[in-house]
Amino acid sequence: MRMMLALMRSGFRRYSTYRQATAAAAATNTIFGMLRCYVLLATAVAATTTVGYDVPQLSTYVWVGQGIIGVVMLWGPAELAEKVRTGQVVSDLLRPVNPIWTYLATDLGRAGFSCLTRLVVPVAFGAIFFPFYWPRHWWTYGLFACSLLAATGICFAIRHLVNLSAFWLLDIRGITTAWLLASGIGSGLIFPIDFLPGPAAAALKFGTPLPSIVQFPADVLVEHGGAPGQLQRVALQFGWVVVCLAAAFAVQHRATRRLVVQGG
Amino acid sequence: MVSRLRAYRALLVAQIRGQAQYRASFVMEMVGQSTYTFMDFAAVLVLFRVTPAMGGFGLWQVLLISGLAICGFSAADLAVGNVEQLRQYVRTGLLDAMLIRPRRVLPQLLAIDFQLRRVGRVVFAVVLVAVACAHVGVDWTWWRVLLVVGTPIAAAVFYAGIFVLTASVAFWWIDSGEFANSFTYGGREFATYPITIYGSVFRRVFAFGIGFAFISYYPALAIMDTPDPLGMPAWFGALGPAAAAVMTAIAALVWRTGLRHYEGTGS
Amino acid sequence: MNTAIDMRGLRKEFIVHKKTGRLKRAKKVIPAVDGVDLTVEHGEMIGYIGPNGAGKSTTLKMLTGVLTPTSGHVRTCGLEPVPQRLRLTRRIGVVFGQRTALWWDLPLRESFHLLRHVFDVPAADHAARLARCRSLLDLDAFMDTPVRQLSLGQRMRAEITASLLHGPSVLFLDEPTIGLDVVSKQAVREFLAELGEGGDLTLVLTTHDLSDIERLCRRLVVIDHGRVVHDGSLDELHARYGSRRQVIAEFDDPWDDAETPPGAVAVRDAEDPRRVTFSLSNGESGAGELVADLARRGLRDVSIVEPDIERVIAKLYAEP
Repeated sequence: MRMMLALMRSGFRRYSTYRQATAAAAATNTIFGMLRCYVLLATAVAATTTVGYDVPQLSTYVWVGQGIIGVVMLWGPAELAEKVRTGQVVSDLLRPVNPIWTYLATDLGRAGFSCLTRLVVPVAFGAIFFPFYWPRHWWTYGLFACSLLAATGICFAIRHLVNLSAFWLLDIRGITTAWLLASGIGSGLIFPIDFLPGPAAAALKFGTPLPSIVQFPADVLVEHGGAPGQLQRVALQFGWVVVCLAAAFAVQHRATRRLVVQGG
Repeated sequence: MVSRLRAYRALLVAQIRGQAQYRASFVMEMVGQSTYTFMDFAAVLVLFRVTPAMGGFGLWQVLLISGLAICGFSAADLAVGNVEQLRQYVRTGLLDAMLIRPRRVLPQLLAIDFQLRRVGRVVFAVVLVAVACAHVGVDWTWWRVLLVVGTPIAAAVFYAGIFVLTASVAFWWIDSGEFANSFTYGGREFATYPITIYGSVFRRVFAFGIGFAFISYYPALAIMDTPDPLGMPAWFGALGPAAAAVMTAIAALVWRTGLRHYEGTGS
Repeated sequence: MNTAIDMRGLRKEFIVHKKTGRLKRAKKVIPAVDGVDLTVEHGEMIGYIGPNGAGKSTTLKMLTGVLTPTSGHVRTCGLEPVPQRLRLTRRIGVVFGQRTALWWDLPLRESFHLLRHVFDVPAADHAARLARCRSLLDLDAFMDTPVRQLSLGQRMRAEITASLLHGPSVLFLDEPTIGLDVVSKQAVREFLAELGEGGDLTLVLTTHDLSDIERLCRRLVVIDHGRVVHDGSLDELHARYGSRRQVIAEFDDPWDDAETPPGAVAVRDAEDPRRVTFSLSNGESGAGELVADLARRGLRDVSIVEPDIERVIAKLYAEP
C-alpha cells in the first residue's frame, strides 16, 4: 500500500514538470470547449427536446467534459506499447509486483495533478464566460469525486489494453485509431449520448464502458436525472471498473506468457 | 526536376508497400478510416435529430457547409497530414538523418508516411457536397459551378498551410504539439458549422482573423444564393483562394524560420 | 584544390536553463565548441577523439550541415555546410552511430534502392559500389531483412554501405563501432582501413575504441572542453607523455643492476628477482638489440609490451 502511495506521489510530481505540455493541453481543451459549447447551445435554441438538459447544464456538461478528458487521459501517449517495441517491458515484468498496479498508481498520481490543472482551467473558463450550472446539492461534489475516480480507473484499464495489443500486433495504430473514434463519440464528448436514438443510447450506456468515462461524471456534476440518476451512474461505473481491470489483468497475463514462451 | 519527382515517387511506392506489410493493422485502419468518414457528418445528423435548425440554417444547408470543409480538410490531411510527425522526428533525432540527404526536409517528411487510404474520405466528402447541393436546390450559374469546384481546392490548400504552420511549432517547442490540434482538427470542426452559432469574439478570431469562414461558410452562402445573416457582402464567397494564398505564405515563412532555428540549436 | 575540411575559430554555444529556485530559471551559456582550428587535406584519415561531452559530435554536426555555428569559419569540401547543405550532402557521407539513416520498416535492399533515387546516383555506379560493399562487408545474408530486425553489427555494416553508395569524397563516422561484437568491429575496421588507404576518400572518425584509433587513425586530433589539445600522430602522442616500450625478461639467475645495458631502465620484479622489466627510451635502440644483448646473459623468456594508449589518452583527458 505504501508503495502505491509512493508511486502516486511520483506520478504527480513527474507530470507537474511537464509544464509546457500541460499548458498546451489546457489551452486546447479551452478552445475545443468553446467549439462544442457553441454547437450545443445553438442546438438548444430551436430544439424540440434536449433530453433533460437545460442550457446551463449543457454548457457545464461541455466544460466539465473537457476537463475530465484531461484527468482520465482519454488519449494518452503509447508508453507501454513503445516499451514493448523496444523490449524494455521485460524489466517491468521482472519485478515482484504486477505492473498493472504500479502503472495504475502512477496514473492516479497523474490524474491528481491533472485535477488541479486540466480540470480547473476549462471549468473556470466556462464558468466565467458561459452559462454555468452550479450543483445544488452538497452530495454532488462527493459523488462527482467518486465518479471521476471510477472514470480514471476505467480509462486506465482500456488504455492499458490498447497498449497490450502491441504484444500481438507490431503496429498498434489501427487499434489506436479505433479507440480514438469510439471514445470520441461513445464517451459523450461531442454530444450527450441521449441525443442518439433510444436503443443506440441504451446500448452504449449499459453495454459499453465508454459513456462511463466522460458522460457519467459530467452528468453527475450537472445533476442530470436527480439523485437517483447520479447514484445509478456511479454504480454502473464501479461495475465497469471491475470488469475493465479484470480484462486488463487477464490480457496482460496472456501477453506475459506469450513473451516468455515466444521470446521478445 | 524529373529526377526529383522520380525520387519522391520511389519513396511513396516503397511506403505504401511497407504499410501493406502490417496486414491486420492495415485492415483495421481502413475500417477506421471509413468510420472516420462517416463520423465526420454523423455528428451533424445526430444534432439535427433534436433540432430543426442550427444558427438559422436547415440540415442540408449545414451539410453543404460541412461537406466543403471536410472535403478540404481530408484532401489536406491526405497530402500533408504526415507533417504532424515532425514532433516525433525532432525528438528521436531522425530529422538529422533527413538533413544529410540532398533533398528538402518537408517533402521527405511527407513522403515518409503517405497514407493513400485517406483518399476515401475525400471522395466521400465530394459525394456529400453533390448530394447536399441537390437537396438545397442550387440555381446553377457558371460562377456557382466554379465555386463548388474551386472551394474544396482552396480549402485544401488552406488547411495544408495550417497543418504545416502548426507542425512548425515543434522546431521551437516540442511539448506544445497538442495545441496545434486546436487549429487543425478544431479548425475543421469550426468550419463544419455555420459561423452564426459562435459568440462574437470567438467568431471574429477564427472565422475572420484566421479565415475559416472563407473556405466553407461564405462560399456555401454564395452557392445557395442565401444572404448572410451577419450582413457581410456576397463577394465574401470568392475570398477562398485569397485566404489559402495568405495562409500558405505564412506557413512557408514559419516553416523556413523554424528549420533555421532547429539548425541553430540542434536536438 | 580545396581542402576537405577547414575550421578556423569555430565556436558553438548552447543556452541551458537551470532551475534556481521554485519558479525562477537562470540562463547559462555553455560553449560546446570553443575555438577549434583544424585543416584536413583530401585523402587523410583522422581520428577525432575526446572525453564525453568534449564537443566531438557537435563539431561533426557543424561540419555536415546539421548544426549552425555560433561563430567562426567552417568549410567542408570548400562549401559552407548549412547554407549549401543540398550541394554538400552529395559529396559527403555520414554515419551516425546511434541513429539510423535507413528506412526502419523496409527490407535493407529497399533502403539501398531508395537511396539511389534520393541521391540521384547513376544506376551503374550504384550497382558497382553496392556489389563491392556487399562482398567486403558480407551483406548478402540479410539483404532482405527489415532494418528493424537487424542486429547492431549488421545494421552498422548496412549504414556504412548506405553512406558510400553515392560516392562521397569525405566520410564522417560518429562512433561507428560502438556496441559491436568483436567480429563485427574487426570487419568494419578492416573495411574502413582499406577504404582510407585507397587515398581518394577522406575519413573522419570519432570513437572511444582504442583499437579503432590504433588501426585507423594516422592523425589524431584530441578535443577536450571544446578545444583541440593535441593534433598529430599517435607516436607524437606517446612522445609527448614519455610513454615507453617495455621488455619483460625472465632470467635463469637474479638480475644484477650493474649489468643493465645503456639506454634502458631496469626495474626488478619485487617478488621474483629473476624477472626484470626494461623500459626503452624513445628513439633509442630498438627492442631487438636489447633482447640480443640480454640473450647473452642467460635469458629464459621475453615479452614486449607496447606503450599503453589507454593510459596516455586518459592522461590527456585528465588534464585541465
